[in-house]
Amino acid sequence: MKPLLEIENLVTTFDTEDGCVTALDGVSLSVGQGETVALVGESGCGKSVTSLSILRLVPSPPGKVEAGRILFEGEDLLAKSEPQMREIRGRDIAMIFQEPMTSLNPVFTCGSQLIEAIGQHQRLTAAQAKEKVLEMLRLVGIPLPDQRFDEYPHQMSGGMRQRVMIGMALCCAPKLLIADEPTTALDVTIQAQILDLLIKLKKKMGMAILLITHDMGVVAEMAERVVVMYAGKVIEEAPVRELFRAPAHPYTRGLLDSIPRLDVREDQLGTIPGNVPSLGSMPSGCRFHPRCPHACGLCAERVPELRETGGGRKVACWLGTPGMAVAGERSASR
Amino acid sequence: MIIDDNTKRTMRRLFRNPLTLIGFILILANLGMVLFAPLIAPYNPEEMHLPDRHTAPCAKYLLGTDFYGRDILSRIIYGSRISFTLGLSVVAGGLLFGTTLGLSAGYFGGRTDSFLMRLTDVFLAFPQLVFAMAIMSVRGQGFGNVVFALTVTGWTAFARLVRAEALSLRGREFVQAAQSLGAGTPRILFRHLLPNLMAPIIVQATMGMATPILTEAALTFLGIGMPPNIPSWGGMLSVDRDFMETAWWSITFPGLAIAMTVLGFNLFGDGLRDALDPKLKS
Amino acid sequence: MNGQRRPLLEVRNLEKHYVLNEGGLFRKKTVLRAVDGISFSVFPGETLGLVGESGCGKTTAGKCILRLIEPTAGSMEMEGEDITRASFARMREVRKKIQFIFQDPYSSLNPRMTVGQIVGEPFAIHGICSGVERRKRIERLVDRVGLSAESCGRYPHEFSGGQRQRIGIARALALNPKLVVCDEPVSALDVSIQSQVLNLMMELQRELGMAYLFISHGLAAVKHISKRVGVMYLGKIVELAETEALFSSPLHPYTEALLSAIPVPDPEIARERIILEGDVPSPVHPPSGCRFHNRCRYAMPVCRETEPEWKDAGGGHFVACHLR
Repeated sequence: MKPLLEIENLVTTFDTEDGCVTALDGVSLSVGQGETVALVGESGCGKSVTSLSILRLVPSPPGKVEAGRILFEGEDLLAKSEPQMREIRGRDIAMIFQEPMTSLNPVFTCGSQLIEAIGQHQRLTAAQAKEKVLEMLRLVGIPLPDQRFDEYPHQMSGGMRQRVMIGMALCCAPKLLIADEPTTALDVTIQAQILDLLIKLKKKMGMAILLITHDMGVVAEMAERVVVMYAGKVIEEAPVRELFRAPAHPYTRGLLDSIPRLDVREDQLGTIPGNVPSLGSMPSGCRFHPRCPHACGLCAERVPELRETGGGRKVACWLGTPGMAVAGERSASR
Repeated sequence: MIIDDNTKRTMRRLFRNPLTLIGFILILANLGMVLFAPLIAPYNPEEMHLPDRHTAPCAKYLLGTDFYGRDILSRIIYGSRISFTLGLSVVAGGLLFGTTLGLSAGYFGGRTDSFLMRLTDVFLAFPQLVFAMAIMSVRGQGFGNVVFALTVTGWTAFARLVRAEALSLRGREFVQAAQSLGAGTPRILFRHLLPNLMAPIIVQATMGMATPILTEAALTFLGIGMPPNIPSWGGMLSVDRDFMETAWWSITFPGLAIAMTVLGFNLFGDGLRDALDPKLKS
Repeated sequence: MNGQRRPLLEVRNLEKHYVLNEGGLFRKKTVLRAVDGISFSVFPGETLGLVGESGCGKTTAGKCILRLIEPTAGSMEMEGEDITRASFARMREVRKKIQFIFQDPYSSLNPRMTVGQIVGEPFAIHGICSGVERRKRIERLVDRVGLSAESCGRYPHEFSGGQRQRIGIARALALNPKLVVCDEPVSALDVSIQSQVLNLMMELQRELGMAYLFISHGLAAVKHISKRVGVMYLGKIVELAETEALFSSPLHPYTEALLSAIPVPDPEIARERIILEGDVPSPVHPPSGCRFHNRCRYAMPVCRETEPEWKDAGGGHFVACHLR
């Protein structure tokens, strides 16, 4: 079956004062119909730029999609005109953002913003639109929707606003929902509510979700498949259980080891030494090699390609390849 | 050195905009006139060539002469000294007074803030020119009095700016960090707040040069600014205002000098603000 | 066992109320009860965790201890000395013993000062050592938190979030404090950097023996670093116990829900999650009786009417709940 969304070799650059930096360097990933894929990585790894690139919302200038294809239901989004894109945004692909306070306009009531969002893609009378909005508000679990309809965003709590945002994103029943850190700004008990809501809505509406997050706990609870990014590249891709059971890339392993666990007692947390490299000064070869405990000469020289290792898994690492074995022997004999 | 690196970046950002460069050149030209007036002025600015009264621009008098036969070019060159030193003095005075008040209001907050800001409001409530005219008519003509009148009416901009910035800085955690280490008020004001206020103060000071130059011209034009014998741009306009139709040059060139100087400071100030504004910084 | 030792810091009935408007002829006075009567002690060399969701008053409580915020009522004793009303000069001395690590590594360092100046500021303020001696001590501190000595001449904006937090830690350690109040020290950092900083803080504690008051909303981090943990809800501490006891058998329904709400990074574990209804009420109008009663799944009529007492459920496990 053809995947719903397929990103091939996406390259996005930004013009900065210190010259041109490559935020995404050949990112490939896919999301199937009704599948939940988590895009994981630390700040600056390019996960948000990926999501903005899909919707063609990368601010330009300074940003620019240099190469690659973004196929949505077989059609390349990068070849679409701006009016065509506007049709797709909200109707076929919707997005929710991290900060529900800034993504709602403070001078309009929540109800009027929802009506406007619906009006973009559907021809409805005022009464029909309002009925649809109230239905949406009920769907996302907002108590007393009639009353909330006339409230302004600042009168609501963070959790309520995120519910409104989700309602707005889902009002046209999109095929793909991009959720960019949807619960990062919320408290844990509210995060639990929102995650629960997303799972319920997905069961009901059957859309695919591309979940962008840095929280491995959220990944474990929500995703079916995980794509791990580091410094503008995809470094590992695997079904969620496989990834947590046996992470293949040293970075993924380090990331999982460094999370303090509530259910396990440990004295010392695992760490990844060093810092995430800045986009302006990327290491040669594998971008993770200066922080990698297994790095050898080859890692500094050549970029490992993302290769399939069976069972739906992919990894971009020289570990376990014939090339690595040779290089390892060579450095040992030296 | 890191500071140099930073400065270099700021400089590059500063002159990326051609308008800023134009502003900078205008200020430089002005500064050149101020410093080298005796060297570049063709005549003594006060010397009257009575037979050549109201001569149109020609080879002998490049920009013509005025009602008393004084060389307009020389008077413009010497007049820049008045404008420039006056602007500088007023800005310095306003900066000192306004920054002190604004910093106190912003840092201490509460009653101090209310009192100082109401005081600022009182001063702002008077139209600047009218207030300056009132002071001048009491104290009489003269450079010192003009500086005094313009400083008294001009410090409010600094006070409000510095107060707003100090208020937002006070909420930043590094100020609390200093407090938690046991730092006293002077240390917080001078080591932590002031260095972070330098950028907006510099911008305000540059833009602030324009207003006193304009107001001085207006006061002198009205006959209550500088004494008539001293070559100042406002004074030149005042002397020849009745001959606008017969001797256009005697009004046009001093007017142009004022406009160019004010434009220069404003353009450069705009550029500085863009270059120093931390919000635009990566 | 804590009974025999003298606490380093003892906080009793600490309150911080903000008057939102003074009230008048027609308006009622409105008061925000950020911290509403909390008591706890920190013993020498231990780590006390303080967890809670945003707006529960944990940061306010931490800042009150250093008098960065003036408390409304209650008392605080540092090594037996009452510091609640101590003078500025007296506080200056006390501040050598209590230090603070801030949440935001970006706004907590003065952008116009070099790292050396920032770390050396405690010495400058208290007039301790100078010249070569001071430079040596600064370099030792910077080295101790894992930065190179040449960092001293550079400015904060040249460092990443994790490195900046290390600078903040070096500054807090300069005067060899006995207690460090850490306000969400790792919340703003990336996951892999969080563990670096947590490990560093624990190493430093083993080496230098200071106590931490570790304030955070991240339960996992709190569990990892703390010996005892207090849970705050709407300006009150609802439960306080040894870390193991609190996480394995929470007594307060709020703690229970909080623990179950945290996503576990393991897809193999299927758990039943307790989802709390509604939002945290506003601290301007806290619910009557037990503040948690309107979200509590065990709520009884008594919870609505009387505030539960703060009682010892045995073995130093304190809780405020009518159920226990």
